[in-house]
Amino acid sequence: MTDVAISNPRPAPRAPTPWERLKVNRNWLAMWFMLPTAAFLILFLAYPLGLGVWLSFTDARIGRSGVFIGLENYDWLSDDPVFWLSVFNTLLYTIVASLVKFAVGLYLALLLNQHMPFKAIVRAIVLIPFIVPTVLSAIAFWWIYDAQFSIVSWSLRHMGLIDGNINFLGDSWNARWSVIFANIWRGIPFVAITLLAGLQTVSPSLYEAATIDGASKWQIFRHITFPLLTPIIAVVMTFSVLFTFTDFQLIWVLTRGGPVNATHLMATLSYQRAIQGGHLGEGAAISTAMIPFLLAAILLSWFGLQRRKWQQGESND
Amino acid sequence: MTDFTRRTLVQGGTAAAAAGALTGPAFLEWSKAWAQAAPWKPEKDAQLSILRWKYFVQAEDDKFVELMEAFTKATGVKITISRESYEDVQPKASVTANTGAGPDLFWGLYSLPHLFPQKCVDVTDVADYLGKKYGGWVPSAVKYGKEGNKWIGIPICYTGSLMNYRIAASQKAGFSKFPTKTDEFLEYVKAMKKNNTPGGFALGHAPGDGNTWVHWCLWAHGGQHVDASDKVTINSPETAKALNYAKALYDNMVPGTASWNDSSNNKAFLGEEIHWTNNGISIYVAANKDATKKHIADDMNHAYYPVGPVGKPTELHLMFPILAMNHTKYPQACKTLIAYMLEADNFNPWIAAAQGYLTHCLNAFDANPIWTEDPKRTPYRDVAKRSLTAGGLGSNGEKAASAISDYVVLDMFASFCTGKDDVKAAMSNAERQLKRIYRS
Repeated sequence: MTDVAISNPRPAPRAPTPWERLKVNRNWLAMWFMLPTAAFLILFLAYPLGLGVWLSFTDARIGRSGVFIGLENYDWLSDDPVFWLSVFNTLLYTIVASLVKFAVGLYLALLLNQHMPFKAIVRAIVLIPFIVPTVLSAIAFWWIYDAQFSIVSWSLRHMGLIDGNINFLGDSWNARWSVIFANIWRGIPFVAITLLAGLQTVSPSLYEAATIDGASKWQIFRHITFPLLTPIIAVVMTFSVLFTFTDFQLIWVLTRGGPVNATHLMATLSYQRAIQGGHLGEGAAISTAMIPFLLAAILLSWFGLQRRKWQQGESND
Repeated sequence: MTDFTRRTLVQGGTAAAAAGALTGPAFLEWSKAWAQAAPWKPEKDAQLSILRWKYFVQAEDDKFVELMEAFTKATGVKITISRESYEDVQPKASVTANTGAGPDLFWGLYSLPHLFPQKCVDVTDVADYLGKKYGGWVPSAVKYGKEGNKWIGIPICYTGSLMNYRIAASQKAGFSKFPTKTDEFLEYVKAMKKNNTPGGFALGHAPGDGNTWVHWCLWAHGGQHVDASDKVTINSPETAKALNYAKALYDNMVPGTASWNDSSNNKAFLGEEIHWTNNGISIYVAANKDATKKHIADDMNHAYYPVGPVGKPTELHLMFPILAMNHTKYPQACKTLIAYMLEADNFNPWIAAAQGYLTHCLNAFDANPIWTEDPKRTPYRDVAKRSLTAGGLGSNGEKAASAISDYVVLDMFASFCTGKDDVKAAMSNAERQLKRIYRS
């Protein structure tokens, strides 16, 4: 018996088949879990983006697929003063509005972070401009800026400060500042409330320690609040810049890009040419031309976020 | 007691068209009789969906819905109506034409059927039937409706854009009647401004009021954006004359017109900030409806645009043609419906409900009392006859549609009037854009 047992050793355990291995492979499983998300992203983000870029290389019109024409759309746009005007307007709009939104938003956040009566209500009120649908607030601004019925002109006239109505939206530069102001009004709450959330994560013990060390208010802000706030500032400003750069509704309701294209942003010009004018290819090229600017904004904050100096203060490398 | 037979109804209906509208059960009886006698028979179990431009006058839409309901009762064809702002009908129609899915009928702006002529149901028989019955089509309607020898759409109506002015202020400025020549009109505009009763034309991106007046001004001076072979001809001495004329007007308008959209002049006129402008009849209708604005209605009137150096009317009005897509499963039902809409018994009360906002394209409807019972409406009766087409001398297809919706001519005028560009730059910018739109 024993001999038999010795001479017939138990077969070595069979190597698992690839399928069996796959069944317990966590990466394989993870892939399946991620598939719905990936499908969603590809279908609703990557595909439209890719299609948009492809359209920009064609002479597609609404209702008719075009043929590949290479860089012809871009070539035409590079020589189109209206397009360059819209690029200028978009940059001006984004830079000025984002900077002011940041400065005022931060100031507001610091104020709201103080202890004061009715804190919760005041914070809720600040959010109102952000809650109101853009189209609705744009229509309100349209009345405020009306050439004949502006409340601002009316008030100033009755105070005897001006003789005629202010030509808010009929003069190129007035119109630009007017739409920028409307955008700032609408965008500040987002910046303020998000920065306020950031402020509340700063540990009070740091402030206490600084106060004991005799730091002034400015020093506290400069060396504690601001450095600790930088990561959230980077995120907020990225979003703010992206929203502002791609703004459409406000301009469309207020001016439709007028007067004489002085307030056309790339997004509104793209819509006018693609949907209203029917030149899908050209409109897609204008939209595609926005991508480099948006990428630059994203990369800037991305690398900013990676830097610990930004995140944790200057001395921490 | 009413005892209608099919024949008396059909005959009586057309004869008594202008005299008065049928209502209630009589109208339904008439509709049924009409449907039996009509040259087209809707397919069995037909259903239609129609996309129309969003109304300006609520009563007009109510009447339209009433017509559709009567049609359903008379023929059994169910109709679904959807509405879009008039500049948004075109993109939707284009997509439908391309994909072959969507509404059966589109009722949109200007040259809509010409954007995809091969996708439209041939409605020549409907056009001939209506034309023969109602005194023929006006020339601009034929241009909008026909592609070659075939009718690809039926011009339902126009919305007129004419001069609106305050009577007392004009008289005070020394004009007992509204100027009929452009030179005289410039004097008028200057005098009105001097009297502190200025007016204005929209120079912002106003698809209706803005586009109509700049095209009038361009054509009045002999300028054309393209010639008969679609060659771009905007850069011309005539255009320069038109621009200079417009600038002289602009300098005497109320400030802020460069920011105006389609509703700005309505607001300003009703707010008594301006005393002349170009518009449909909506200001007058609104003023009449509001007791506090009644004095404006009483003191305002309408006039044709002044005639320029070319010596003939050069007006552009908004045309609303209807077309049936050839993907429809029910072409006969589509034709029946279109013919039904334009039958006198339907069309007359409908046009009356619109209170002058819509103008017919068939000559016989001139007799509708709506145009004469209030003489202030009368000028709008003639807008279809006076209108030129959106393509100017050139074709009426998608190129003309693109040029209008991209505001090429409007921006040319605005950029010169506001001092952004000089004449040369304004013209060459427009020329450059047009050449691209009109490239073959």
